[in-house]
Amino acid sequence: MIAMASKAYPAATVVSADWRDFLALTKPRVLTLVVFTGLCGLLVAPQSIHPVLGFTAVLCIALGAGAAGALNQWYEADLDTMMARTANRPLPAGRMDRQTALHFGVGLGSFSVLLMGLALNVLAAAILAVSILFYVVVYTVWLKRRTPQNIVIGGAAGAFPALIGWAAATGRVDMLPVLLFALVFLWTPPHFWALALFINSDYARAGVPMMPAVVGQRATRIQVLLYTVPMAIAAVAPWAMGLTGAIYGIGASLLSGIFLLLSAQVGFSRESDPAKMKAERRLFAFSIFYLFIIFGLLVADKVLLA
Amino acid sequence: MTFTPEEQTEIRRRQKSRALVTALILGGLVVLFYGISIAKML
Repeated sequence: MIAMASKAYPAATVVSADWRDFLALTKPRVLTLVVFTGLCGLLVAPQSIHPVLGFTAVLCIALGAGAAGALNQWYEADLDTMMARTANRPLPAGRMDRQTALHFGVGLGSFSVLLMGLALNVLAAAILAVSILFYVVVYTVWLKRRTPQNIVIGGAAGAFPALIGWAAATGRVDMLPVLLFALVFLWTPPHFWALALFINSDYARAGVPMMPAVVGQRATRIQVLLYTVPMAIAAVAPWAMGLTGAIYGIGASLLSGIFLLLSAQVGFSRESDPAKMKAERRLFAFSIFYLFIIFGLLVADKVLLA
Repeated sequence: MTFTPEEQTEIRRRQKSRALVTALILGGLVVLFYGISIAKML
């Protein structure tokens, strides 16, 4: 086990935080994908709901994810000081004190779950609560500093939004949102490990047991390839099971094929210099594009073939 | 605790911007709750 990173980080300044610091605490860039997959889950559901309620559901998903991000930054303030990518966040930069971040995260998370339960339904609220707790307790507190498999299990937290969107519209969970959950869950390891391969030194310096730092680059590359195979199967499964039409099926097959090809390039690469890792950067960039387009195709399929 | 004039100015500026954003959020929530109430009645 890698030793716990130092708890030292700067104390907050006497000047209180700006509203932009609260926004930064919610990790707005991560929210983009969460909101998009949540919205797609809502739109592809067989039952439509009033636009105001649909907006409320997506808002609750965004607020819940923002709360999880805030609580993650509250707990990881010490780690964030050690990585160039995160050193300017409100807590490590000393623009906000930890207690404020904790109150903000708990308040926002409680509000999002309460609003989802009152405006939509109890099932969607329960899954939202589980997703927040999963990200904060299971991923951030329990796994991230203890095992190189942190991303695999933690990836489930990012897979919940499509499930929540569907549950908000229908009040139940069916096979399609479960497959979408599996798709995002299996997409997360190749996505993050491609990134971890070329920013390996940053995570290693912070003492986070990311796969390349623990088992080496060779084993990580094989894991990237191994996770991509079931991910591609999960992506094509909705079409194979007759849950979607040809627009999604053909698009998902093509995109998953490209994903497999790029993963194979990473899997068989022997490049060890992060500055020269073009295949890894290509896979990371494509993985983001892939998820956006896959979910976009799902909605297009539902709208155009309805 | 005493603050320098520059710190006081910065504190006031931040308090003002936070109060403004809070007011906008509260106003948005009023509209949202009204909308939810109407949508639930339909």
